[in-house]
Amino acid sequence: MSGSRVLSFSDAVEALFASRGQRVRRAVTALAVSDTPDGRRVLALSGRLDATTIRNVWIEAREAIEAAIGRPVVVDAAKVDYCDGAGITLLADLVAQRKPGDVQVANLAPRFETMLQQVDPKEIERDQDPEAARRGSVEEIGAIAAGMGRDMRDQVVFVGETAAALVYALAHPASIRWKDVWRICERVGADALPIVALISFLLGVILAFQSAIPMRRFGAEIFVADLIGLAMLRELGPLMTAILLAGRSGAAFAAEIGTMTVNQEVDALTTMGLDPVRFLVTPRVIAAVLMTPLLTLFADLISLAGGAITLTTFSIPYVTFIHEVEGFVDVSDFMAGFVKSFVFAILIAGIGCLRGLQTTAGASAVGDAATRAVVSGIVLLVAVDGLFAVVYYVLDI
Amino acid sequence: MEQPIIVVRDLSVGYGDVPLLRDVSFDVRPGEIFVILGGSGSGKSTLLKNMIGLNEPMSGSVMIDGADIVTASGDERRAILRKIGVMYQSGALFGSMTLSENVRLPLEEYTDLTSREIELIARMKLSIVGLGLFTGHLPAEISGGMQKRAAIARAMALDPMILFLDEPSAGLDPITSAELDALIKRLSRNLGVTFVIVTHELASIYAIADRVIMLDRRTGGIVAEGDPRKLRDESTDPWVRQFFNREPAPIAA
Repeated sequence: MSGSRVLSFSDAVEALFASRGQRVRRAVTALAVSDTPDGRRVLALSGRLDATTIRNVWIEAREAIEAAIGRPVVVDAAKVDYCDGAGITLLADLVAQRKPGDVQVANLAPRFETMLQQVDPKEIERDQDPEAARRGSVEEIGAIAAGMGRDMRDQVVFVGETAAALVYALAHPASIRWKDVWRICERVGADALPIVALISFLLGVILAFQSAIPMRRFGAEIFVADLIGLAMLRELGPLMTAILLAGRSGAAFAAEIGTMTVNQEVDALTTMGLDPVRFLVTPRVIAAVLMTPLLTLFADLISLAGGAITLTTFSIPYVTFIHEVEGFVDVSDFMAGFVKSFVFAILIAGIGCLRGLQTTAGASAVGDAATRAVVSGIVLLVAVDGLFAVVYYVLDI
Repeated sequence: MEQPIIVVRDLSVGYGDVPLLRDVSFDVRPGEIFVILGGSGSGKSTLLKNMIGLNEPMSGSVMIDGADIVTASGDERRAILRKIGVMYQSGALFGSMTLSENVRLPLEEYTDLTSREIELIARMKLSIVGLGLFTGHLPAEISGGMQKRAAIARAMALDPMILFLDEPSAGLDPITSAELDALIKRLSRNLGVTFVIVTHELASIYAIADRVIMLDRRTGGIVAEGDPRKLRDESTDPWVRQFFNREPAPIAA
């Protein structure tokens, strides 16, 4: 192959920027390939070599070097107007295509030559820090199982630590940071009222409406009041409140403490000789234990109101509804649900704090902590609620 | 004289209603290494945030290559941002991405290069800040000083005209810090990159700064401007001389 021909023009990108009103540099980036009589291949680069202009030149130059097997190559950069870091990388990449000395860069302006000297083509060409290969599936399953085991152990240890911290706090009320407790109470309790009201009202309305329709066929709409009273007070009131708490406050605790862990604020507490559990976990657990039962009470009332309002459309007046609930649901039913809410509060707040303290590093770790707080919080809720059902059944409550 | 590349006029910055700096004006010339100095709390980082359009100033203008970043929006603003690179004090690397991915991100978004070429450019940028052996590491797996260098590599990914560096040498050992100074000088002299740097390191100021401005909390403005060596030797302001000569405040006996 002899003579010289222009292989590429890559000014499409420049045209794009021109349309965006940016100043355009009219230096067309191009590559001309020629062969000298003594058998050398010459790649003449011209124009501006930067990240937006070199795409085609780069690919074509590599192809031209590949095609010239066994012959020395000279990259002539005499007509290069400007060459930034990307351009330098292009030149280094061309040099690294062959064994040292076979590809030479000639006539590069001294200021760009200085930059090229700083780069070791070998170092760029080879990935010196490849990402670790993924583990095999068996190994992966084993690792996950081992991780779950460790996690279970961590949870047990943490429950123990939290319980010890709570006992200590009750014995020494002055050691509790009450200012923190009240602040957290407001966020966990008062701020949650609207969403708890909305969901429990909706639950009352739906339960009433959906059960009143089939019951009407037997003329038994009145018993819907019993159903709502029993279901909400014993089960759904505490459970829905706890699930909302897990989504709102459990996740918030995990994200807050997680961010503190990432920022080394938890380390700072530890090195001051202060126990992070006492400082961060105890106030949150106490606040949750104070607020969750109140929220549950509120949810019970609102859902009953929702049911009562719905049943008026089935010609059951409020007075009848109240009488019916009073007659069927007794204090032990209410207490069965109310007691659960204390336990749920400890679970949700504790697991949220634990996930926060377990946060590793980085922004995604905080997200993981919040997710895990909600998921394991709800899983634990379901498990413990089942346990309560068994215990209540055995005790005949 | 060449047209300035950054023109700051009557800029007042602060938080809420309280101005930290009042009616500050200065120019940055193309290709120069421009250093912003000042005691802690004097508004250096805040000034930087306003210059790169992160905060909206109370009043005044910041012209970057002829366009006002304060009032620009949409495509106009993106065109300005394409010309600048920023290294934040904390590094601000994306924690879920490896160093190489961090540097590749702007290249993937703004150029049409193939993934192999982008990979090579990213490796080259990381290699010139001395992190060629750590391209596959996550930011959390390397030291704070290394994160800083990786952040510089990311800021340089698209070879911007202007690089803003917030405390680049804080947390680096003297040798690495000197290497970084050499790199800044090379980029400025050979590729014509303009640097705007916030730093306290006197050694690196003398080594690289073409011009400095010095902010003062007491007056909320610039107390000194010019060549750092001249300021050290010739300034009439005792505080400025004290700063450059690293003298402690007089101790009452």
